[in-house]
Amino acid sequence: MIELRNVSKWYGSFQVLTDCTTSIEKGEVVVICGPSGSGKSTLIKTINALEPFQQGEISVDGINLHDPKTNLSKLRARVGMVFQHFELFPHLSVTENLTLAQMKVLGRSADEANTHGLRYLERVGLLAQKDKFPGQLSGGQQQRVAIARALSMDPIVMLFDEPTSALDPEMVGEVLDVMVKLANEGMTMCCVTHEMGFARKVSHRVIFMDQGRIVEDCSKAEFFDKPEARSPRAKEFLSKILAN
Amino acid sequence: MLSLDLSFYNWELFTNYILKGLLFSVQLTVIATVGGIVVGTFLALMRLSEKPALVYPATFYVNTMRSIPLVMVILWFFLLIPILIGRPIGADLSATITFIAFEAAFFSEIVRAGIQSVPKGQVYAGEALGMTYGQNMRLVVLPQAFRNMIPVFMTQTIILFQDTSLVYAIGAYDLLKGFEIAGKNYGRPIETYILAAATYFIICFSLSKAVRAIQAKVAIIR
Repeated sequence: MIELRNVSKWYGSFQVLTDCTTSIEKGEVVVICGPSGSGKSTLIKTINALEPFQQGEISVDGINLHDPKTNLSKLRARVGMVFQHFELFPHLSVTENLTLAQMKVLGRSADEANTHGLRYLERVGLLAQKDKFPGQLSGGQQQRVAIARALSMDPIVMLFDEPTSALDPEMVGEVLDVMVKLANEGMTMCCVTHEMGFARKVSHRVIFMDQGRIVEDCSKAEFFDKPEARSPRAKEFLSKILAN
Repeated sequence: MLSLDLSFYNWELFTNYILKGLLFSVQLTVIATVGGIVVGTFLALMRLSEKPALVYPATFYVNTMRSIPLVMVILWFFLLIPILIGRPIGADLSATITFIAFEAAFFSEIVRAGIQSVPKGQVYAGEALGMTYGQNMRLVVLPQAFRNMIPVFMTQTIILFQDTSLVYAIGAYDLLKGFEIAGKNYGRPIETYILAAATYFIICFSLSKAVRAIQAKVAIIR
């Protein structure tokens, strides 16, 4: 469903992504991990064209991002994204956050958008908060609303960019629970995360990045159970992160 | 020693001389604020567009307006327009257009800072939901930016209200002019100028107090 071929990106003369090639199939859950500054967040942002890239090709559901004729807004409407810092719209209520893009982008009626949005809000367990503003919710609650907001658009794939990194430890679980549920329902997911427990539990594949390159791209079993076959950088990363 | 007798200042004088000028000053302030914010927002969007064909003209315009004394712009516009379009347009209309054009340059800088004060992540979030640039600006970025800017807008408006007195240069009938004519007709120029100062003070001081109150109310909880 998602294809990346030799994607490279530069910030000025600094290369942040080098020859990244991978693909994500429908229904697959892929975890991208790696040390900070390895380009994971940049890579996931190129998938819905939030970050431009200079070389290579990316296609999502058969649509080529590189083609200047591609309507990027239309494409993004079908790709759900969850951010590290939630990025709920602070001037809008929870319900308005859920319905805004449904109405303005998908052209749904207010009623339709409401019903649809609140159904997802209920699924993340926050229906009671529907009239509050984002600033009145905890970080974990905000992130769950953000997931519901993305799901309200009926995306074909969900991208998660370090969804739990900005949360207090006691709130990580509630967000991961929602993500696990989503994965078990068969949603295609691509998650940048350090939560190796989540990777072990629900992912199909693990991509390990270092210095802008995809160093490892293998099945979960291979990644976690055969550490001896991994590259030195991945081994080092794994030993550090699993020690915690 | 100057002895002040303000008893001549009565309701009749107020309605005959001052009211008309006060209304014009207020009207000019309101129109220039609204017009300046609208035009200024477009200028700000041009300067932030990263497209040279939009950035350079807008930057040139803003920098030029900000480097020229307002009274000169008022005068030049008043004198040049009849030459350009072949007929005079009157001091009131001329002043109104000049103030919108001049204030737009100042408001554009405020709007630009306001837009930049909205975190980049908010822009990403709007884009990721499939919103176009225009939708994202209108529904996500500008509502937050304007809320952050309200106090600065109001402060600029207070300055603008004081600046409206500069239309004396082209003979428009504003608040100050009203006091001036009243002073001449009653033979009390010093007293009327003092009253004029007091009037400006009361209006501007109340507005600044209002800004403080509003500032506390509009702050966005994040």
